[in-house]
Amino acid sequence: MKPGSIAIVGAAETTRLGSIPDMSNIQLHADSALNALRDCGLTPKDIDGVACAGESPVNMAHYLGITPTWVDGTAVGGCSFMIHVRHAAAAISAGLCKTVLITHGEAGKSRIGINRPPQPPSTLIGQFELPYGTFGPPTMFTIPVLRYMKERGLTHEQLAMVAVIQREWAARNPRAAFRDPITVDDVLNSRMIAYPFRLLQCCLVTDGGGALILTSADRAQDFPTRPVYILGTGESVETPMISQMEDFTSSRAFRVAGPAAFKAAGIAHKDVDHLMIYDAFAHLPIYGLEDLGFVGRGEAAQFIWERNTSPGGKLPMNTNGGGLSYTHTGMYGMFALQESVRQMRGTAPAQVAGAKISVCHGVGGMFAASGTIIFSNQRP
Amino acid sequence: MADPKRPRPMPTPETKHFWDGTRAGELRLQRCDACAKVYFPPRPFCPACASQSVSVFKASGRGRLFSYVINHRPAPGFTGEYAIAVVELDEGPRMMSNITGCPQTPEALVLDMPLEVTFETMDDEISLPLFRPVQG
Repeated sequence: MKPGSIAIVGAAETTRLGSIPDMSNIQLHADSALNALRDCGLTPKDIDGVACAGESPVNMAHYLGITPTWVDGTAVGGCSFMIHVRHAAAAISAGLCKTVLITHGEAGKSRIGINRPPQPPSTLIGQFELPYGTFGPPTMFTIPVLRYMKERGLTHEQLAMVAVIQREWAARNPRAAFRDPITVDDVLNSRMIAYPFRLLQCCLVTDGGGALILTSADRAQDFPTRPVYILGTGESVETPMISQMEDFTSSRAFRVAGPAAFKAAGIAHKDVDHLMIYDAFAHLPIYGLEDLGFVGRGEAAQFIWERNTSPGGKLPMNTNGGGLSYTHTGMYGMFALQESVRQMRGTAPAQVAGAKISVCHGVGGMFAASGTIIFSNQRP
Repeated sequence: MADPKRPRPMPTPETKHFWDGTRAGELRLQRCDACAKVYFPPRPFCPACASQSVSVFKASGRGRLFSYVINHRPAPGFTGEYAIAVVELDEGPRMMSNITGCPQTPEALVLDMPLEVTFETMDDEISLPLFRPVQG
């Protein structure tokens, strides 16, 4: 795919975020899909490609009244939507379809219409992790961090600062769930969830969704929205078991997906004006900054501490408030993509003035998968 | 005996030797006959070179505490605060486990402390490999 040959022309979240007890999981997908279609003046009849996770593309095509010639049901956790963007761009380039709708919706809080069976006891996770009392992402995603702390010298205060700075961004965003300022002490005094992680270092649990519409850049001028071009993409997976992650201080999937996107885009780190790194927990931006090469090994926490990623910093990161303070339905990647699109359109609540290139990096499962998308509002 | 509400592993044909081993008081790993890679979790081929010539052997049961969290919201079958740990075995592979025989606190659970395997019976078929600090 040639950099800039595919564009996002439609993008929207669900009308509401947070607690939406009057909508089921599939309706949250549909609510965001209808908003994205309205955003760019299309109807379901104009869509010939469907990608989604959390619901199958069969469910969504039928529910929305779409007859697709291309579908993608890649479901590898919260970065599935970055991977959908990548696959959709390739499919459009290859002529398999012309206009792709990617949807996310998740009743993470209200749990209406979610069909997620428990992990069977005969799977590798069921045999070799669940018996030791893992209990959701806060007890798994977090396991590598003490190793990182020992090997790289990360402190509890530095890990807390990630949440503090994201709250500063959230304070600028009227749609963010948590907007009141917090301090490092507030974070370190919040309720312990799974040592060393406290409540304010763990993501929210909300209802919501988001949708994107992609087409070829040659058609992008036909739409009322400002096109957001895809410069480069990357994806990879590592392991479903956190205990089997190769390096507890670095994600292999990040190290494959991130550089692939930079190489395809043909840009350098200094070209990046805006960055999203999926933050289900406070350590993820630290791993992401290092694995994507924005800083050296062991330097990310100090980079954040010195306010480089905060409002006014040289590398604005997670400008919607992130999964820690904005929203987190369960598969947050779509919301990171939405914020990158807003920043490239110039419509973000905490707009980065003059931003031309945005890097959006997602994680799926517990360091199980990764997808990276590099956007620009300028066609190269 | 482990709490009956604790999630119970269900062996598959590819993992049966492991669970047969823990029931017999042995921690069994696999080694590739072609490239000598020692690996876990079990599978009937080498994840490094794809050779299907692999052997099961009794591991030393020794390792070190590689990383962990202390869970404050107990899963079904668990009570109180407990560490969910990853142990790096002397033979190389890492595995998730729990640490017994010491307080479940950051002060007592020091990274790289030497550990040895111990087995906790769940029922007639399943014994879980847990780890305890090496004494002395």
